[in-house]
Amino acid sequence: MMRHEVRFSGFGGQGIILSAVILGRAAVMYDSKHAVQTQVYGPEARGGASMSAVIIDDEPILFPKVTNPDIFVIMSQEGFEKYGADAPKNAGMVLDSSLVHSRPQCRYFEIPATREAKQALKRDIVANIVMLGALVATTKVVSDSALEKAILDSVPKGTEALNIQAMKKGIELAAAALTNGEQKA
Amino acid sequence: MTRTEFCAGYPITPSSEIAEECSRRMPLIGGIYMQMEDELGSMAALIGAAWTGARSMTATSGPGFSLMMENIGYAAMTETPCVIVNIQRGGPSTGQPTMAAQGDMLQCRFGSHGDYSIIALCPSSVQEMFTLTAQAFNLADRYRVPVFLMADEIVGHMREKITVPDRVENVPRRELAKGVLPFYPEHDLVPGFATFGKGYGVHVTGLTHDERGYPCATNVRLHHNLVKRLVDKVENARHDVADYDIINPDAEQVFIAYGAPVRTVQQVLHDNPDKNVGFLRIRTVWPFPEFALAQFKNAQRFLVPELNFGQMAREIERYVNVPVVSIPKLGGDLHLPSELTAALGGWK
Repeated sequence: MMRHEVRFSGFGGQGIILSAVILGRAAVMYDSKHAVQTQVYGPEARGGASMSAVIIDDEPILFPKVTNPDIFVIMSQEGFEKYGADAPKNAGMVLDSSLVHSRPQCRYFEIPATREAKQALKRDIVANIVMLGALVATTKVVSDSALEKAILDSVPKGTEALNIQAMKKGIELAAAALTNGEQKA
Repeated sequence: MTRTEFCAGYPITPSSEIAEECSRRMPLIGGIYMQMEDELGSMAALIGAAWTGARSMTATSGPGFSLMMENIGYAAMTETPCVIVNIQRGGPSTGQPTMAAQGDMLQCRFGSHGDYSIIALCPSSVQEMFTLTAQAFNLADRYRVPVFLMADEIVGHMREKITVPDRVENVPRRELAKGVLPFYPEHDLVPGFATFGKGYGVHVTGLTHDERGYPCATNVRLHHNLVKRLVDKVENARHDVADYDIINPDAEQVFIAYGAPVRTVQQVLHDNPDKNVGFLRIRTVWPFPEFALAQFKNAQRFLVPELNFGQMAREIERYVNVPVVSIPKLGGDLHLPSELTAALGGWK
């Protein structure tokens, strides 16, 4: 039985909630799994630390809230401090190394998503999609093809090519992180 | 699909997504979404639309729900079919706009003045938001009552897998037979419906009225009989509208839950298969299916987790002779499985 609890955090405006929606959609619609997506939902999330979560399971999900996340996707320093610093040792984290300067106790991958989105793709708005590509490449929590289809379902018309490019950039950065041995034990 | 032909509302957190989606989608199916000046107007618009034959709904949360109470009573008195969705948030007053609660369970039953009965359904999943909404419209038309979909911020905002069937059962509203008075009850105490614009002469009033619909507010017997019928038409149907599941009926400890806490109880039962814990999981909360309690013949106590200070636990106490343990949780978080497992221990 496979079960993962994925927690996303960053600041309001980065697409933290959309990332979780896309991941859940990929799992349910294209990998035939079960998923529940929830989020911290409050005025304090605007500009401040935003958090969303997805549970992915082969079995129907009963209790819907994430209690023991094993995968973290962190896109801001405040998000790290609020929602990533407590990551247990056996968890895995994908962090945007262009924005997060702390490092967790658990295994992690440094992905300079915002920098690459800005420099290579000319649009920092797709940094969250770069992170999703890196997440899937490092954890296989959903399949590449499911992620690609879910991204295409979710992004505005006319931005499909840019977003797929962003996903591939994330996969590429993850591969580099893996071969460079950047991930820490 | 069940057709919602008319939706009126005044957006309020955490139900605003329903207004947003209805305003976008209703026109695409030939329906109408009308944003009103406030919740009093929303409820009034719902009632007017229902009398033209439309299936009518609104969605709100605590503060808006309070404002709707006057016209909810009017809907009960005039026997107007309508669906009111309440995505419950923390109260009283404006309380916690973005946090979950189940604090309006007694308000939906008793919130407007006078005696009457209503039907209330509680979903605990996204799938049930879908199926119980369709069911709510059918029950509203069948019994000519306001039907409440009492969800909460957790169920209202989470996304999960759902299956949309090819078709949804759509029970048509029973039309008034020609030549029959518009408030003359049939054998089930529900009068046929005199849709506006179909040639019926019908007068609709919140005043106590006779079977013609004309005010008759000082007739003692008539008032007694009318209000008794408004209550009995729902209470007599309690077996027909009941919707619940029973798990482990021979257990000594029994959870009772509705809405989001159902999910925690399901997790506890899943994680403790050897403990023989009973579970009464309720979807139709009003009228309360008290006959289901008798099926737990060995029950030594009932445990009732709610996102309030024991509103339904109080109702359950009326029917059983063993302790009813309220497990309240306020603030917006759902009971953790560990909290409910702990509640099972420390006993005997």
